[in-house]
This record gives sequence, C-alpha cells and structure tokens, in this order.
Amino acid sequence: MSTTDQTPAVQRTGSGAKTWRRPASIVPQRSVAGHALVIVIAIMTFLSCLTLGAVTLVRDTASVWQTQIAREATIQIKPGDGIDMNAALAQAQAIAAGFGGVRSATIIDSAATARLLEPWLGAGLNIEELPVPRLVIVTIDERAPPDFAAMRQALQASVPNVSLDDHRNWVDRLISMAHTTVMIGIAILILMLAATVMTVVFATRGAMAGNGPVIEVLHFVGAESQFIAAEFRRHFLWIGLKGAAAGSLAAIIVFVVFAWWSSRNLATPQADQATALFGNFVIGTTGYVGVLFIMALVAGLTAATTHFTVVSRLNGIDIGRTDHD
Amino acid sequence: MGPEILRDISFHIPRGSFQFLCGPSGAGKTTLLRLLFLSLAPTRGLITVFGKDRTQILRAELPLIRRKIGIVFQDFRLLDHMTTYENVALPLRVRGREEASYRNDVVELLKWVGLGDRLHVLPPVLSGGEKQRAAIARALIEQPEILLADEPTGNVDPTLARRLLRLFIELNRSGTAVVIATHDLHLMDQVEARRMVLAEGRLDVHD
Ligand SMILES: Nc1ncnc2c1ncn2[C@@H]1O[C@H](COP(=O)(O)OP(=O)(O)OP(=O)(O)O)[C@@H](O)[C@H]1O
Ligand SMILES: [Mg+2]
Repeated sequence: MSTTDQTPAVQRTGSGAKTWRRPASIVPQRSVAGHALVIVIAIMTFLSCLTLGAVTLVRDTASVWQTQIAREATIQIKPGDGIDMNAALAQAQAIAAGFGGVRSATIIDSAATARLLEPWLGAGLNIEELPVPRLVIVTIDERAPPDFAAMRQALQASVPNVSLDDHRNWVDRLISMAHTTVMIGIAILILMLAATVMTVVFATRGAMAGNGPVIEVLHFVGAESQFIAAEFRRHFLWIGLKGAAAGSLAAIIVFVVFAWWSSRNLATPQADQATALFGNFVIGTTGYVGVLFIMALVAGLTAATTHFTVVSRLNGIDIGRTDHD
Repeated sequence: MGPEILRDISFHIPRGSFQFLCGPSGAGKTTLLRLLFLSLAPTRGLITVFGKDRTQILRAELPLIRRKIGIVFQDFRLLDHMTTYENVALPLRVRGREEASYRNDVVELLKWVGLGDRLHVLPPVLSGGEKQRAAIARALIEQPEILLADEPTGNVDPTLARRLLRLFIELNRSGTAVVIATHDLHLMDQVEARRMVLAEGRLDVHD
C-alpha cells in the first residue's frame, strides 16, 4: 500500500481544492464481524496452543519418568535362620557390581534402613533385633542395562533368601500409563484443533456473509473471479494472521511465565511437588514449532475459507446457468 | 414453478441501436434485462449474446462479456464503502487500469451528470437521484458496446431526466447500443426511437 495519506495528491475541481484519499480497499474494511473474527481466531489459537503445550509437556515428562525409574534395581534379602545378613549383603553387592551395565551397587546400612522404617515403627528401635529385609540399590546404565535374568540366577545360586526387583512391572505400568496419558492428550489436541478449524470456518463465513452484495457488484462490473477471490483472500488472511499471532503470542507468554515460575520456585515445597510431576514446566522446541504450525494453519484456513466462500457465492450469482467447466 | 413472466418473445438488438423497453410495473422489464445481462437463465428459449448462444458461454468468459455491457440497476447497487468517485471508477479499477490514467475521465463524467461536488461522498448520504446518476456514470465510464438501463430516470426531475437522456443519445452516437427500460411516457416522447412494449408476457416492437 502506498502512503498517500501523508502526501495527498491535490486536484482542483471547480469549486475548490479536494483532497484525494487513498482509494478505498475493494473489501469493506471496518466491520463489526471483522473484529469479532479476529477475537474468535485469537481465542481459538490460544486454546489450541495451550493444549499443544500441555501435551508436549506430558509427553516429555512421561519419557523422563521412564528413564528415571529404569535407572535403578533393588536386591532384597529376607532375614532367616542362620543367615549372616552382613555377609549376604556384601556378597550380593559383589555379584551385582560384577555385571556389565551396573554403575554401582550400594548397601542400605542398618541406620538408613531404620530411618526408612521410622515412620512406621518409631524411633529408637534396634533394627538388628527385628526380622527386617535389607536392600542393595543397584544403579544402572539405562543405555546398556545388565542382563537381569542372569543376575537373578547368579544371586539365587550363592545368596540365600534373595530376590531381585528390576522394577520391570512398575516401569511397564508406568510406560503404559504414560502412553495412555499422551494418547488422551493427543485426542484432546485433535478435538481442540477440529473445534478450532470449525469455529474459524464458521466465523469466517459469518464475517463474509455481509460481503455478498459487494462480490455481486464486483462481478457485474466485470471483475474476474480470481481478482475478487484474491482481494478477499488477502484481506481475510490479514485478519487471520492478526488473530492467530495474538493467540500464539499469548500462549508463548504463558509458557515462558510458567518456565520462569518453576525455575524461580525450584526450592520451594509446592514447586518440588509440581516438578516431581511435570518435570520443570519447560515447553520444548516441539511446543514452539507446534505453536507456529497452529498459527499458520489458522491463518491459512481463514484465507482458504474466504476463497471458497467467494467462489461459491460467485457460482451462485448466475443462477440456473448450466456449468461447462 | 411460478407463472411464466415472459413468453413467445423474439427480438434483436442491433449494434448501435437505440430503444425503449416499456410496459407497466411488473410486466417483466427488469427480468428481460437480467436475461440479456446473463444473470438469469430462461426456463426455455434461446438467447444469443454478441453472436454467442448463452448456453455455450463458459463461466470464465462471463467477466469479459460483462465488460462489454454497461448496466444500470433499478436499485443502483453502489458499494457503500466507496465514494462516488471510487464507485464510478470501479469498472476501470477491476480491469487493472492505473488510477492516474482515468481520474480525469471519471471526474469529467461525474461533473456532466451533476455530481462534480459529490465526488468524495459515500453513497449512504447521497439522495436517490444522486445515487441514480452515480450508477449511470458507472455504467457509461467504459463506453460499453451495449447499455442496459433499468428506470434510469425514475428518481430525477424532468430537467435532469432530459439531460441524462441526452447523455444516452450521445453515447449511442459514439456506437453504443442503448436499451432503456422505463414507464415514463413523457421521456419516450422526447426522442424518436424504437419502442419495445411488454404487456402480459408478450412483446410488441414498434420501429
Ligand atoms: N426471481 C424471481 N422469481 C419469481 N418471480 C419473479 C422473480 N423476479 C421477478 N419476478 C416476478 O416477475 C414479474 C416481473 O418482474 P420485473 O421485476 O421484471 O418487473 P418490471 O417490469 O421490472 O417492474 P417495475 O416496473 O416495477 O420495475 C413480477 O411479477 C415479479 O414478481
Ligand atoms: Mg423493474
């Protein structure tokens, strides 16, 4: 657009000087429906982006859970008649540490065990007098985990009353839960995007409704369909971009504020709880790329809807025409 | 299906001819003009426009054919968000012409129809007669091969009507075929011209 507003060409026409304004756009500019459309698009984009952010957050968190849980295994030795617990623990530790893929094997000593049991049994107990199972924590290189079956066999061959828990059941259940959560998230995201698509389509058509007479007149004065469609597409693409940019920007601000909040409160108990559940509210690259994608989708959809509305309106003008094309 | 508004009519509008289409209100004048403008399809019958059977005309060709036809709608159909000047210049603008190349022509034509001081006014504040003159100017600006005018003098005083009629005659002299739909007998008496009279669905042509 040229900036004839600042430098008006002045033409003297009989009665006096007339200021020539920049030619009005072919598409009527200021309409209430246009403003409403921007707002609807902004809101739907914002909600879609938030949903997308939440889904990527859940997905990232789920994969963090999996690797963290899979990082440890536990050897448990139950007390029994004539078992030298300390010797058995040391032996189990030695066997476990001998396997490839094991980073370390740590015996939970009696003091630590007593601390673990304190909430249930109270303080001041002599743990040695109670038949309490004892634990060896095995830390695992999760990229090259040890052969748990072989480890279990080796332990059972030389240590009495031993059992090895590789958390496989727990991890499996966690993985399936995480998968379910992510699937639900994706389903919600799909529903959200579908709702956005339909809302944008209907809102655009609503905003276009008043333009029927304009399209007709343009057609009757000899404008080609492509010309009319391009004018409207351009106008509505701009509206769509404005709304979508506002919505995505708001969503990105929410993401950034959450990330900032969670990093600032990292040490506080509430934040610890939230962090334990969600990692630290940081939306990854996928989230931001997704926001851009949604923005482009919404703006493109607005323009495409406008195009088809114009074309179908043009096709409807010459009623009763048999169509050859 | 309603009743047939027009039936058994057959006529030809020669190049550069001048004629009135008259008949009482509801006779079908507007309907006939819409048929010629290709914005309405007949339920039966043959219409040939610029030597081409209308059923053989592709949708994509319509804009190019419409550029050869100037039309004044009975209800004007000006765009409310554009000034008088912009409305009249619209046919040129949609043809991709540069504004500088037509500005003077448009202003001159608007002065001729008495709208010289209404150039930058939006249609909603124009009087009925002013709108009508703007609509006429828009139809004339490209010197069409045929002008279809539906009650072009319906909202103006007799003096201005005569002035507009002179404009149509002048346009006709420069080669445009003119069809003026009207029920204003006074207007028709001012020129010797072909009269096509519509009554009860039939058309009588008086040369
Ligand atoms: N789309 C339509 N569907 C059905 N009937 C129509 C349609 N358009 C017009 N008619 C009818 O056709 C008849 C002729 O209408 P038309 O507008 O052509 O009259 P007219 O001669 O232009 O009248 P006027 O002088 O009042 O403008 C009228 O009875 C009208 O009700
Ligand atoms: Mg009529």
